[in-house]
Amino acid sequence: MRSRGLFSRCALILGLVFLYVPILSMIIFSFNNSRLVTVWDAAHSPTLKWYVALAGNEQVLRAAWLSIRIALVASTGAVILGTLAGVALARFGAFRGRLLLAGMTTAPIVMPEVITGLSLLLLFVALQQLIGWPRGVGAVTITLSHITFCMAYVTVVVQSRLAGMDMSLEEAAMDLGARPARVFFRITLPLILPAVASGWLLAFTLSWDDLVITQFVAGPASSTLPMVIFSKVRFGVTPDINALATILVLIVATGIAASTVWMRYQQRRRERDVLLAAAANL
Amino acid sequence: MLRIPQLSGRRVVAGIPILWLLVLFLIPFIIVFRISLSEVRLAIPPYTPLLTWHHGSPSLQLHWSSYAFLFTDSLYVSSYLYSLKVAAVSTLCCLLIGYPMAYAIARAAPASRSVLLMLIVLPFWTSFLLRVYAWIGLLKNNGVINNVLLWLGVIHHPLVLLQTDFAVYIGIVYSYLPFMILPLYANLEKHDGALLEAAADLGARPMRAFLRITLPQSLAGILAGSLLVFIPAVGEYVIPTLLGRPDQLMIGRVLSDEFFENRDWPVASAVAILVLLLLVIPIMWFQRLERRELEAQ
Repeated sequence: MRSRGLFSRCALILGLVFLYVPILSMIIFSFNNSRLVTVWDAAHSPTLKWYVALAGNEQVLRAAWLSIRIALVASTGAVILGTLAGVALARFGAFRGRLLLAGMTTAPIVMPEVITGLSLLLLFVALQQLIGWPRGVGAVTITLSHITFCMAYVTVVVQSRLAGMDMSLEEAAMDLGARPARVFFRITLPLILPAVASGWLLAFTLSWDDLVITQFVAGPASSTLPMVIFSKVRFGVTPDINALATILVLIVATGIAASTVWMRYQQRRRERDVLLAAAANL
Repeated sequence: MLRIPQLSGRRVVAGIPILWLLVLFLIPFIIVFRISLSEVRLAIPPYTPLLTWHHGSPSLQLHWSSYAFLFTDSLYVSSYLYSLKVAAVSTLCCLLIGYPMAYAIARAAPASRSVLLMLIVLPFWTSFLLRVYAWIGLLKNNGVINNVLLWLGVIHHPLVLLQTDFAVYIGIVYSYLPFMILPLYANLEKHDGALLEAAADLGARPMRAFLRITLPQSLAGILAGSLLVFIPAVGEYVIPTLLGRPDQLMIGRVLSDEFFENRDWPVASAVAILVLLLLVIPIMWFQRLERRELEAQ
Protein backbone atom coordinates (compact mmCIF):
# COMPACT_ATOMS: atom_id res chain seq x y z
CA MET A 1 0.00 0.00 0.00
CA ARG A 2 2.67 2.44 1.04
CA SER A 3 4.96 1.74 -1.92
CA ARG A 4 2.18 2.47 -4.42
CA GLY A 5 1.35 5.75 -2.68
CA LEU A 6 5.02 6.67 -2.91
CA PHE A 7 5.18 5.87 -6.62
CA SER A 8 2.14 7.96 -7.57
CA ARG A 9 3.30 10.82 -5.35
CA CYS A 10 6.70 10.87 -7.08
CA ALA A 11 4.92 10.79 -10.45
CA LEU A 12 2.81 13.77 -9.36
CA ILE A 13 5.85 15.80 -8.31
CA LEU A 14 7.78 14.95 -11.49
CA GLY A 15 4.70 15.71 -13.57
CA LEU A 16 4.34 19.13 -11.97
CA VAL A 17 8.05 19.82 -12.59
CA PHE A 18 7.48 18.84 -16.24
CA LEU A 19 4.52 21.26 -16.45
CA TYR A 20 6.33 24.21 -14.90
CA VAL A 21 10.00 24.00 -16.02
CA PRO A 22 9.34 25.36 -19.54
CA ILE A 23 7.36 28.29 -18.17
CA LEU A 24 10.01 29.06 -15.55
CA SER A 25 12.84 28.90 -18.09
CA MET A 26 10.92 31.31 -20.32
CA ILE A 27 10.57 33.74 -17.41
CA ILE A 28 14.24 33.49 -16.42
CA PHE A 29 15.54 34.03 -19.95
CA SER A 30 13.31 37.06 -20.44
CA PHE A 31 15.82 38.88 -18.18
CA ASN A 32 18.81 37.66 -20.18
CA ASN A 33 20.92 40.24 -22.00
CA SER A 34 22.09 37.93 -24.80
CA ARG A 35 20.29 37.72 -28.12
CA LEU A 36 20.98 34.00 -28.06
CA VAL A 37 18.08 33.56 -25.62
CA THR A 38 19.27 30.31 -24.04
CA VAL A 39 22.87 31.31 -23.33
CA TRP A 40 22.93 33.22 -20.07
CA ASP A 41 25.01 36.39 -20.35
CA ALA A 42 26.06 36.70 -16.71
CA ALA A 43 27.95 39.97 -17.13
CA HIS A 44 24.99 42.06 -18.27
CA SER A 45 22.01 40.22 -16.84
CA PRO A 46 19.42 40.56 -15.43
CA THR A 47 18.15 43.29 -17.70
CA LEU A 48 14.77 44.70 -18.59
CA LYS A 49 15.74 45.66 -22.12
CA TRP A 50 13.38 43.16 -23.81
CA TYR A 51 10.48 44.60 -21.84
CA VAL A 52 11.45 48.07 -23.02
CA ALA A 53 11.70 46.79 -26.60
CA LEU A 54 8.28 45.20 -26.24
CA ALA A 55 6.67 48.40 -24.96
CA GLY A 56 7.87 50.16 -28.13
CA ASN A 57 6.73 47.43 -30.50
CA GLU A 58 3.81 49.00 -32.33
CA GLN A 59 2.84 45.77 -34.13
CA VAL A 60 2.60 43.69 -30.94
CA LEU A 61 0.63 46.37 -29.09
CA ARG A 62 -1.87 46.81 -31.93
CA ALA A 63 -2.35 43.04 -32.20
CA ALA A 64 -2.82 42.73 -28.43
CA TRP A 65 -5.48 45.46 -28.45
CA LEU A 66 -7.34 43.75 -31.29
CA SER A 67 -7.16 40.40 -29.47
CA ILE A 68 -8.55 41.94 -26.29
CA ARG A 69 -11.50 43.52 -28.09
CA ILE A 70 -12.32 40.30 -29.97
CA ALA A 71 -11.99 38.21 -26.80
CA LEU A 72 -14.32 40.57 -24.85
CA VAL A 73 -17.09 40.40 -27.45
CA ALA A 74 -16.61 36.72 -28.28
CA SER A 75 -16.62 35.55 -24.66
CA THR A 76 -19.74 37.58 -23.87
CA GLY A 77 -21.54 36.17 -26.91
CA ALA A 78 -20.35 32.67 -26.06
CA VAL A 79 -21.61 33.00 -22.47
CA ILE A 80 -25.09 34.05 -23.58
CA LEU A 81 -25.44 31.28 -26.17
CA GLY A 82 -23.70 28.69 -23.99
CA THR A 83 -25.93 29.45 -21.00
CA LEU A 84 -29.06 29.11 -23.14
CA ALA A 85 -27.79 25.78 -24.49
CA GLY A 86 -26.73 24.56 -21.03
CA VAL A 87 -30.13 25.44 -19.51
CA ALA A 88 -31.96 23.75 -22.38
CA LEU A 89 -29.89 20.58 -22.09
CA ALA A 90 -30.02 20.35 -18.30
CA ARG A 91 -33.60 21.51 -17.58
CA PHE A 92 -35.90 20.93 -20.52
CA GLY A 93 -35.98 17.13 -20.38
CA ALA A 94 -36.60 15.54 -23.76
CA PHE A 95 -37.32 17.92 -26.61
CA ARG A 96 -37.00 17.83 -30.35
CA GLY A 97 -33.46 18.71 -31.34
CA ARG A 98 -31.98 17.79 -27.97
CA LEU A 99 -29.66 15.15 -29.37
CA LEU A 100 -28.65 17.52 -32.16
CA LEU A 101 -27.88 20.30 -29.69
CA ALA A 102 -25.96 17.95 -27.38
CA GLY A 103 -23.92 16.69 -30.30
CA MET A 104 -23.19 20.13 -31.70
CA THR A 105 -21.99 21.41 -28.31
CA THR A 106 -19.55 18.59 -27.53
CA ALA A 107 -18.12 18.08 -31.02
CA PRO A 108 -16.36 21.50 -31.30
CA ILE A 109 -14.37 20.72 -28.13
CA VAL A 110 -12.52 17.81 -29.72
CA MET A 111 -12.75 18.82 -33.38
CA PRO A 112 -9.27 19.44 -34.85
CA GLU A 113 -8.91 23.18 -35.26
CA VAL A 114 -7.76 23.08 -38.89
CA ILE A 115 -11.07 21.49 -39.85
CA THR A 116 -13.18 23.98 -37.89
CA GLY A 117 -11.16 26.86 -39.34
CA LEU A 118 -11.43 25.67 -42.92
CA SER A 119 -15.15 24.98 -42.67
CA LEU A 120 -15.88 28.39 -41.12
CA LEU A 121 -13.95 30.23 -43.81
CA LEU A 122 -15.71 28.31 -46.57
CA LEU A 123 -19.03 29.19 -44.89
CA PHE A 124 -18.17 32.90 -44.89
CA VAL A 125 -17.11 32.74 -48.53
CA ALA A 126 -20.35 30.97 -49.48
CA LEU A 127 -22.44 33.46 -47.47
CA GLN A 128 -20.71 36.34 -49.18
CA GLN A 129 -21.61 34.88 -52.57
CA LEU A 130 -25.20 34.23 -51.52
CA ILE A 131 -26.20 37.33 -49.54
CA GLY A 132 -23.21 39.64 -49.86
CA TRP A 133 -22.38 39.45 -46.16
CA PRO A 134 -19.88 39.40 -44.46
CA ARG A 135 -17.88 41.70 -46.69
CA GLY A 136 -14.45 40.10 -46.63
CA VAL A 137 -12.82 38.51 -43.62
CA GLY A 138 -11.58 40.35 -40.54
CA ALA A 139 -12.50 41.14 -36.95
CA VAL A 140 -16.19 40.31 -37.54
CA THR A 141 -15.59 36.83 -38.95
CA ILE A 142 -12.97 36.13 -36.26
CA THR A 143 -15.46 37.09 -33.53
CA LEU A 144 -18.26 34.95 -35.00
CA SER A 145 -15.91 31.96 -35.21
CA HIS A 146 -14.64 32.45 -31.67
CA ILE A 147 -18.19 32.65 -30.29
CA THR A 148 -18.94 29.32 -31.99
CA PHE A 149 -16.07 27.28 -30.56
CA CYS A 150 -16.08 29.01 -27.15
CA MET A 151 -19.81 28.49 -26.53
CA ALA A 152 -19.24 24.73 -26.51
CA TYR A 153 -17.04 25.05 -23.43
CA VAL A 154 -19.49 27.39 -21.67
CA THR A 155 -22.32 24.95 -22.37
CA VAL A 156 -20.43 22.08 -20.74
CA VAL A 157 -19.54 24.17 -17.67
CA VAL A 158 -23.10 25.50 -17.20
CA GLN A 159 -24.76 22.17 -17.96
CA SER A 160 -22.66 20.23 -15.48
CA ARG A 161 -23.27 22.87 -12.79
CA LEU A 162 -27.05 22.65 -13.38
CA ALA A 163 -26.95 18.87 -13.44
CA GLY A 164 -25.28 18.82 -10.02
CA MET A 165 -27.85 21.21 -8.51
CA ASP A 166 -31.21 20.11 -7.17
CA MET A 167 -34.32 21.70 -8.64
CA SER A 168 -36.30 22.23 -5.44
CA LEU A 169 -35.77 26.02 -5.27
CA GLU A 170 -36.86 26.48 -8.88
CA GLU A 171 -39.84 24.19 -8.34
CA ALA A 172 -40.85 26.09 -5.19
CA ALA A 173 -40.78 29.40 -7.07
CA MET A 174 -42.88 27.90 -9.87
CA ASP A 175 -45.36 26.51 -7.36
CA LEU A 176 -45.69 30.02 -5.93
CA GLY A 177 -46.67 31.20 -9.39
CA ALA A 178 -43.48 32.78 -10.71
CA ARG A 179 -43.18 32.87 -14.48
CA PRO A 180 -40.32 30.80 -16.00
CA ALA A 181 -38.35 33.87 -17.04
CA ARG A 182 -38.63 35.29 -13.52
CA VAL A 183 -37.58 31.96 -12.01
CA PHE A 184 -34.56 31.93 -14.28
CA PHE A 185 -33.38 35.47 -13.49
CA ARG A 186 -34.20 35.42 -9.77
CA ILE A 187 -33.30 31.83 -8.82
CA THR A 188 -31.42 29.86 -11.46
CA LEU A 189 -29.05 32.53 -12.74
CA PRO A 190 -27.79 33.66 -9.28
CA LEU A 191 -27.20 30.01 -8.37
CA ILE A 192 -25.20 29.21 -11.51
CA LEU A 193 -23.43 32.57 -11.59
CA PRO A 194 -20.05 31.11 -10.52
CA ALA A 195 -20.26 28.61 -13.39
CA VAL A 196 -21.28 31.37 -15.83
CA ALA A 197 -18.38 33.53 -14.63
CA SER A 198 -15.82 30.76 -15.00
CA GLY A 199 -17.33 29.94 -18.40
CA TRP A 200 -16.79 33.56 -19.42
CA LEU A 201 -13.17 33.49 -18.22
CA LEU A 202 -12.56 30.23 -20.04
CA ALA A 203 -14.09 31.61 -23.24
CA PHE A 204 -12.04 34.79 -22.94
CA THR A 205 -8.80 32.80 -22.56
CA LEU A 206 -9.62 30.47 -25.44
CA SER A 207 -10.49 33.35 -27.74
CA TRP A 208 -7.45 35.37 -26.69
CA ASP A 209 -5.21 32.35 -27.29
CA ASP A 210 -6.58 30.91 -30.53
CA LEU A 211 -4.27 30.75 -33.51
CA VAL A 212 -5.36 28.07 -35.98
CA ILE A 213 -9.04 28.91 -36.46
CA THR A 214 -8.21 32.63 -36.45
CA GLN A 215 -5.62 32.21 -39.21
CA PHE A 216 -8.28 30.81 -41.53
CA VAL A 217 -10.92 33.48 -40.91
CA ALA A 218 -8.64 36.54 -40.50
CA GLY A 219 -7.94 39.03 -43.23
CA PRO A 220 -4.61 40.67 -44.06
CA ALA A 221 -5.46 43.73 -41.96
CA SER A 222 -6.53 41.84 -38.85
CA SER A 223 -3.57 40.17 -37.15
CA THR A 224 -4.34 39.02 -33.62
CA LEU A 225 -1.62 38.62 -31.00
CA PRO A 226 -1.21 34.84 -31.44
CA MET A 227 -0.80 35.38 -35.20
CA VAL A 228 1.97 37.94 -34.61
CA ILE A 229 3.68 35.66 -32.07
CA PHE A 230 3.46 32.67 -34.41
CA SER A 231 4.95 34.52 -37.35
CA LYS A 232 7.83 35.61 -35.11
CA VAL A 233 8.60 32.26 -33.44
CA ARG A 234 8.17 30.19 -36.58
CA PHE A 235 11.62 31.32 -37.63
CA GLY A 236 13.35 30.90 -34.29
CA VAL A 237 13.36 32.17 -30.73
CA THR A 238 13.22 35.89 -30.08
CA PRO A 239 13.87 37.29 -26.60
CA ASP A 240 11.07 39.87 -26.60
CA ILE A 241 8.57 37.01 -26.91
CA ASN A 242 9.97 35.68 -23.62
CA ALA A 243 9.21 39.06 -22.06
CA LEU A 244 5.69 38.97 -23.49
CA ALA A 245 5.17 35.44 -22.16
CA THR A 246 6.33 36.50 -18.70
CA ILE A 247 3.85 39.39 -18.63
CA LEU A 248 0.99 37.09 -19.72
CA VAL A 249 1.88 34.44 -17.13
CA LEU A 250 1.98 37.11 -14.41
CA ILE A 251 -1.45 38.46 -15.44
CA VAL A 252 -2.98 34.97 -15.41
CA ALA A 253 -1.38 34.03 -12.09
CA THR A 254 -2.62 37.26 -10.47
CA GLY A 255 -6.08 36.76 -11.93
CA ILE A 256 -6.35 33.19 -10.67
CA ALA A 257 -5.05 34.14 -7.22
CA ALA A 258 -7.49 37.07 -6.98
CA SER A 259 -10.47 34.97 -8.05
CA THR A 260 -9.54 32.23 -5.55
CA VAL A 261 -9.39 34.77 -2.72
CA TRP A 262 -12.68 36.32 -3.84
CA MET A 263 -14.44 32.95 -3.96
CA ARG A 264 -13.13 32.04 -0.50
CA TYR A 265 -14.45 35.38 0.78
CA GLN A 266 -17.86 34.83 -0.84
CA GLN A 267 -18.11 31.34 0.61
CA ARG A 268 -17.22 32.55 4.10
CA ARG A 269 -19.84 35.32 3.84
CA ARG A 270 -22.47 32.80 2.75
CA GLU A 271 -21.60 30.54 5.67
CA ARG A 272 -21.87 33.50 8.05
CA ASP A 273 -25.28 34.41 6.61
CA VAL A 274 -26.48 30.86 7.14
CA LEU A 275 -25.26 30.97 10.75
CA LEU A 276 -26.96 34.31 11.36
CA ALA A 277 -30.20 33.05 9.85
CA ALA A 278 -30.06 29.97 12.04
CA ALA A 279 -29.39 32.14 15.10
CA ALA A 280 -32.32 34.43 14.26
CA ASN A 281 -34.62 31.42 14.09
CA LEU A 282 -33.78 30.32 17.61
CA MET B 1 -53.94 27.83 -21.90
CA LEU B 2 -51.27 29.08 -19.54
CA ARG B 3 -48.78 26.51 -20.80
CA ILE B 4 -48.50 27.95 -24.29
CA PRO B 5 -46.24 30.92 -23.49
CA GLN B 6 -43.99 28.64 -21.45
CA LEU B 7 -43.64 26.25 -24.34
CA SER B 8 -42.76 28.94 -26.84
CA GLY B 9 -40.32 30.47 -24.35
CA ARG B 10 -38.58 27.12 -24.14
CA ARG B 11 -38.55 26.87 -27.87
CA VAL B 12 -36.75 30.21 -28.09
CA VAL B 13 -34.20 29.28 -25.40
CA ALA B 14 -33.29 26.00 -27.10
CA GLY B 15 -33.81 27.37 -30.61
CA ILE B 16 -31.27 30.19 -30.54
CA PRO B 17 -28.20 28.02 -29.81
CA ILE B 18 -29.45 25.27 -32.14
CA LEU B 19 -29.86 27.76 -34.96
CA TRP B 20 -26.45 29.33 -34.32
CA LEU B 21 -24.67 25.98 -34.31
CA LEU B 22 -26.56 24.74 -37.36
CA VAL B 23 -25.41 27.74 -39.36
CA LEU B 24 -21.87 28.06 -37.99
CA PHE B 25 -21.00 24.46 -37.19
CA LEU B 26 -23.04 21.90 -39.13
CA ILE B 27 -23.76 23.60 -42.44
CA PRO B 28 -20.05 24.50 -42.93
CA PHE B 29 -19.24 20.77 -43.08
CA ILE B 30 -21.76 20.35 -45.88
CA ILE B 31 -20.06 23.22 -47.71
CA VAL B 32 -16.66 21.59 -47.18
CA PHE B 33 -18.01 18.34 -48.62
CA ARG B 34 -19.48 20.20 -51.58
CA ILE B 35 -16.21 21.96 -52.36
CA SER B 36 -14.26 18.71 -52.04
CA LEU B 37 -16.25 17.53 -55.08
CA SER B 38 -15.32 20.56 -57.17
CA GLU B 39 -12.28 21.17 -59.30
CA VAL B 40 -9.75 23.88 -58.71
CA ARG B 41 -9.82 26.85 -61.09
CA LEU B 42 -8.21 30.25 -61.30
CA ALA B 43 -10.99 32.48 -60.09
CA ILE B 44 -12.58 33.88 -56.98
CA PRO B 45 -13.63 31.64 -55.28
CA PRO B 46 -11.06 29.17 -56.67
CA TYR B 47 -13.33 26.18 -57.34
CA THR B 48 -15.87 25.12 -59.95
CA PRO B 49 -19.61 25.19 -59.18
CA LEU B 50 -21.28 21.81 -58.79
CA LEU B 51 -24.46 22.87 -60.49
CA THR B 52 -24.19 24.33 -63.98
CA TRP B 53 -26.96 25.30 -66.38
CA HIS B 54 -26.95 23.97 -69.93
CA HIS B 55 -29.72 25.31 -72.16
CA GLY B 56 -32.02 25.89 -69.22
CA SER B 57 -31.58 22.52 -67.54
CA PRO B 58 -29.33 21.96 -64.52
CA SER B 59 -26.51 19.48 -64.69
CA LEU B 60 -24.68 18.22 -61.65
CA GLN B 61 -20.93 17.82 -61.94
CA LEU B 62 -19.23 15.81 -59.25
CA HIS B 63 -15.47 15.51 -59.40
CA TRP B 64 -13.89 12.79 -57.32
CA SER B 65 -10.47 13.79 -58.63
CA SER B 66 -9.35 15.41 -55.33
CA TYR B 67 -9.94 12.15 -53.47
CA ALA B 68 -8.27 10.10 -56.20
CA PHE B 69 -5.31 12.47 -56.03
CA LEU B 70 -4.97 12.03 -52.27
CA PHE B 71 -4.86 8.25 -52.55
CA THR B 72 -2.37 8.15 -55.40
CA ASP B 73 0.17 10.57 -53.94
CA SER B 74 2.18 8.84 -51.23
CA LEU B 75 2.80 12.16 -49.42
CA TYR B 76 -0.83 12.31 -48.29
CA VAL B 77 -1.14 8.66 -47.30
CA SER B 78 2.08 8.79 -45.29
CA SER B 79 1.16 12.01 -43.47
CA TYR B 80 -2.26 10.54 -42.70
CA LEU B 81 -0.70 7.43 -41.17
CA TYR B 82 2.02 9.46 -39.45
CA SER B 83 -0.63 11.65 -37.77
CA LEU B 84 -2.41 8.56 -36.46
CA LYS B 85 0.84 7.15 -35.10
CA VAL B 86 1.84 10.43 -33.41
CA ALA B 87 -1.62 10.85 -31.87
CA ALA B 88 -1.72 7.25 -30.62
CA VAL B 89 1.77 7.32 -29.08
CA SER B 90 1.16 10.72 -27.47
CA THR B 91 -2.16 9.55 -26.03
CA LEU B 92 -0.49 6.49 -24.53
CA CYS B 93 2.29 8.64 -23.02
CA CYS B 94 -0.30 11.07 -21.61
CA LEU B 95 -2.12 8.13 -20.02
CA LEU B 96 1.04 6.62 -18.51
CA ILE B 97 2.09 9.98 -17.04
CA GLY B 98 -1.38 11.30 -16.24
CA TYR B 99 -2.83 8.24 -14.51
CA PRO B 100 -0.42 8.17 -11.54
CA MET B 101 -0.75 11.94 -11.22
CA ALA B 102 -4.56 11.82 -11.16
CA TYR B 103 -4.35 8.90 -8.74
CA ALA B 104 -2.06 10.80 -6.36
CA ILE B 105 -4.37 13.85 -6.41
CA ALA B 106 -7.45 11.71 -5.74
CA ARG B 107 -5.66 10.09 -2.78
CA ALA B 108 -4.34 13.40 -1.38
CA ALA B 109 -5.87 15.12 1.63
CA PRO B 110 -9.07 16.99 0.64
CA ALA B 111 -7.54 20.35 1.54
CA SER B 112 -4.55 19.95 -0.77
CA ARG B 113 -6.62 18.44 -3.62
CA SER B 114 -7.96 21.77 -4.84
CA VAL B 115 -4.48 23.31 -4.75
CA LEU B 116 -3.02 20.40 -6.74
CA LEU B 117 -5.86 20.58 -9.27
CA MET B 118 -5.24 24.30 -9.66
CA LEU B 119 -1.56 23.61 -10.30
CA ILE B 120 -2.54 21.16 -13.06
CA VAL B 121 -4.99 23.57 -14.68
CA LEU B 122 -2.95 26.76 -14.28
CA PRO B 123 -0.65 26.20 -17.32
CA PHE B 124 -3.77 25.60 -19.39
CA TRP B 125 -4.82 29.20 -18.71
CA THR B 126 -1.56 30.59 -20.06
CA SER B 127 -1.04 30.78 -23.79
CA PHE B 128 -0.84 27.39 -25.52
CA LEU B 129 1.32 28.87 -28.27
CA LEU B 130 3.83 30.32 -25.80
CA ARG B 131 4.07 27.05 -23.89
CA VAL B 132 4.95 25.21 -27.10
CA TYR B 133 7.39 27.98 -27.95
CA ALA B 134 9.08 27.50 -24.56
CA TRP B 135 10.11 24.00 -25.66
CA ILE B 136 12.09 25.43 -28.59
CA GLY B 137 14.31 27.17 -26.05
CA LEU B 138 14.69 23.96 -24.06
CA LEU B 139 15.24 21.53 -26.93
CA LYS B 140 17.41 23.33 -29.47
CA ASN B 141 21.08 22.49 -30.07
CA ASN B 142 22.34 25.25 -27.80
CA GLY B 143 19.20 25.08 -25.67
CA VAL B 144 18.78 24.62 -21.94
CA ILE B 145 18.66 20.81 -21.89
CA ASN B 146 21.80 20.40 -24.03
CA ASN B 147 23.66 23.07 -22.05
CA VAL B 148 22.84 21.37 -18.75
CA LEU B 149 23.83 17.92 -20.03
CA LEU B 150 27.09 19.27 -21.50
CA TRP B 151 27.87 21.08 -18.26
CA LEU B 152 27.20 17.91 -16.24
CA GLY B 153 29.49 16.01 -18.59
CA VAL B 154 26.78 13.47 -19.50
CA ILE B 155 27.27 14.22 -23.19
CA HIS B 156 30.14 15.78 -25.14
CA HIS B 157 28.24 16.87 -28.23
CA PRO B 158 24.83 18.47 -28.24
CA LEU B 159 21.95 16.07 -28.93
CA VAL B 160 19.61 16.79 -31.81
CA LEU B 161 16.28 17.12 -30.01
CA LEU B 162 14.39 19.79 -31.91
CA GLN B 163 12.70 18.90 -35.22
CA THR B 164 12.36 15.23 -34.25
CA ASP B 165 9.45 12.92 -33.48
CA PHE B 166 10.53 13.08 -29.86
CA ALA B 167 10.00 16.85 -29.77
CA VAL B 168 6.48 16.44 -31.18
CA TYR B 169 5.62 13.82 -28.54
CA ILE B 170 6.95 16.08 -25.79
CA GLY B 171 4.97 19.03 -27.15
CA ILE B 172 1.69 17.13 -27.42
CA VAL B 173 2.03 15.38 -24.05
CA TYR B 174 2.93 18.68 -22.43
CA SER B 175 0.00 20.58 -23.94
CA TYR B 176 -2.68 17.92 -23.54
CA LEU B 177 -1.74 16.42 -20.15
CA PRO B 178 -4.40 18.40 -18.21
CA PHE B 179 -7.08 17.01 -20.57
CA MET B 180 -6.02 13.50 -19.57
CA ILE B 181 -5.68 14.20 -15.84
CA LEU B 182 -9.01 15.98 -15.24
CA PRO B 183 -11.43 13.24 -16.44
CA LEU B 184 -9.25 10.61 -14.75
CA TYR B 185 -9.32 12.53 -11.49
CA ALA B 186 -13.10 13.04 -11.72
CA ASN B 187 -13.42 9.28 -12.03
CA LEU B 188 -10.84 8.18 -9.44
CA GLU B 189 -12.13 10.62 -6.84
CA LYS B 190 -15.50 8.84 -6.73
CA HIS B 191 -14.02 5.42 -5.97
CA ASP B 192 -14.99 3.79 -2.71
CA GLY B 193 -11.94 2.98 -0.58
CA ALA B 194 -13.88 0.20 1.20
CA LEU B 195 -13.47 -2.13 -1.79
CA LEU B 196 -9.68 -1.80 -1.65
CA GLU B 197 -9.70 -2.36 2.10
CA ALA B 198 -11.84 -5.46 1.65
CA ALA B 199 -9.41 -6.74 -0.97
CA ALA B 200 -6.48 -6.08 1.35
CA ASP B 201 -8.27 -7.84 4.23
CA LEU B 202 -8.80 -10.84 2.01
CA GLY B 203 -5.06 -10.90 1.35
CA ALA B 204 -4.79 -9.28 -2.09
CA ARG B 205 -1.46 -7.61 -2.82
CA PRO B 206 -1.74 -3.86 -3.58
CA MET B 207 -0.79 -4.40 -7.22
CA ARG B 208 -3.42 -7.11 -7.62
CA ALA B 209 -6.07 -4.99 -5.90
CA PHE B 210 -5.20 -2.11 -8.22
CA LEU B 211 -5.40 -4.26 -11.35
CA ARG B 212 -8.61 -6.02 -10.34
CA ILE B 213 -10.53 -3.14 -8.71
CA THR B 214 -9.25 0.37 -9.38
CA LEU B 215 -8.24 -0.07 -13.02
CA PRO B 216 -11.51 -1.64 -14.28
CA GLN B 217 -13.53 0.95 -12.37
CA SER B 218 -11.63 3.82 -13.95
CA LEU B 219 -12.11 2.60 -17.52
CA ALA B 220 -14.63 5.35 -18.34
CA GLY B 221 -12.17 8.00 -17.18
CA ILE B 222 -9.34 6.43 -19.18
CA LEU B 223 -11.50 6.41 -22.31
CA ALA B 224 -12.73 9.99 -21.89
CA GLY B 225 -9.21 11.31 -21.26
CA SER B 226 -7.73 9.34 -24.15
CA LEU B 227 -10.33 10.54 -26.64
CA LEU B 228 -9.93 14.11 -25.40
CA VAL B 229 -6.21 13.85 -26.26
CA PHE B 230 -6.31 11.61 -29.33
CA ILE B 231 -8.95 13.36 -31.44
CA PRO B 232 -7.47 16.89 -31.47
CA ALA B 233 -3.91 15.51 -31.60
CA VAL B 234 -4.60 13.86 -34.99
CA GLY B 235 -5.20 17.28 -36.53
CA GLU B 236 -2.56 19.14 -34.50
CA TYR B 237 -0.96 21.98 -36.45
CA VAL B 238 1.03 24.27 -34.15
CA ILE B 239 3.12 21.67 -32.29
CA PRO B 240 4.48 19.77 -35.32
CA THR B 241 5.08 23.03 -37.17
CA LEU B 242 7.17 24.51 -34.36
CA LEU B 243 8.85 21.39 -32.98
CA GLY B 244 8.53 18.65 -35.61
CA ARG B 245 10.43 17.28 -38.57
CA PRO B 246 10.37 19.38 -41.72
CA ASP B 247 10.44 16.24 -43.91
CA GLN B 248 7.41 14.49 -42.42
CA LEU B 249 4.27 16.59 -42.11
CA MET B 250 1.18 15.82 -40.08
CA ILE B 251 -2.19 15.92 -41.80
CA GLY B 252 -3.23 19.23 -40.21
CA ARG B 253 -0.20 20.93 -41.71
CA VAL B 254 -0.89 19.30 -45.10
CA LEU B 255 -4.44 20.65 -45.04
CA SER B 256 -3.26 24.11 -44.11
CA ASP B 257 -0.51 24.12 -46.78
CA GLU B 258 -2.90 22.95 -49.50
CA PHE B 259 -5.19 25.79 -48.57
CA PHE B 260 -2.77 28.66 -47.95
CA GLU B 261 0.28 27.78 -50.09
CA ASN B 262 -1.21 25.88 -53.05
CA ARG B 263 -4.60 27.59 -52.87
CA ASP B 264 -6.18 24.26 -53.79
CA TRP B 265 -9.47 24.50 -51.90
CA PRO B 266 -10.98 21.24 -53.25
CA VAL B 267 -7.97 19.15 -52.14
CA ALA B 268 -7.85 20.89 -48.73
CA SER B 269 -11.58 20.13 -48.34
CA ALA B 270 -11.07 16.50 -49.35
CA VAL B 271 -8.32 16.17 -46.71
CA ALA B 272 -10.70 17.64 -44.11
CA ILE B 273 -13.47 15.19 -45.08
CA LEU B 274 -11.12 12.19 -44.88
CA VAL B 275 -9.88 13.24 -41.43
CA LEU B 276 -13.48 13.75 -40.32
CA LEU B 277 -14.49 10.30 -41.57
CA LEU B 278 -11.71 8.83 -39.48
CA LEU B 279 -12.68 10.83 -36.39
CA VAL B 280 -16.47 10.47 -36.56
CA ILE B 281 -16.52 7.25 -34.55
CA PRO B 282 -14.18 8.50 -31.76
CA ILE B 283 -16.11 11.80 -31.60
CA MET B 284 -19.46 10.03 -31.23
CA TRP B 285 -17.95 7.70 -28.65
CA PHE B 286 -16.72 10.70 -26.69
CA GLN B 287 -20.17 12.30 -26.85
CA ARG B 288 -21.79 9.16 -25.46
CA LEU B 289 -19.32 9.08 -22.56
CA GLU B 290 -19.91 12.76 -21.89
CA ARG B 291 -23.70 12.33 -21.90
CA ARG B 292 -23.51 9.42 -19.49
CA GLU B 293 -21.22 11.36 -17.19
CA LEU B 294 -23.65 14.31 -17.09
CA GLU B 295 -26.71 12.13 -16.58
CA ALA B 296 -25.03 10.23 -13.73
CA GLN B 297 -24.76 13.43 -11.67
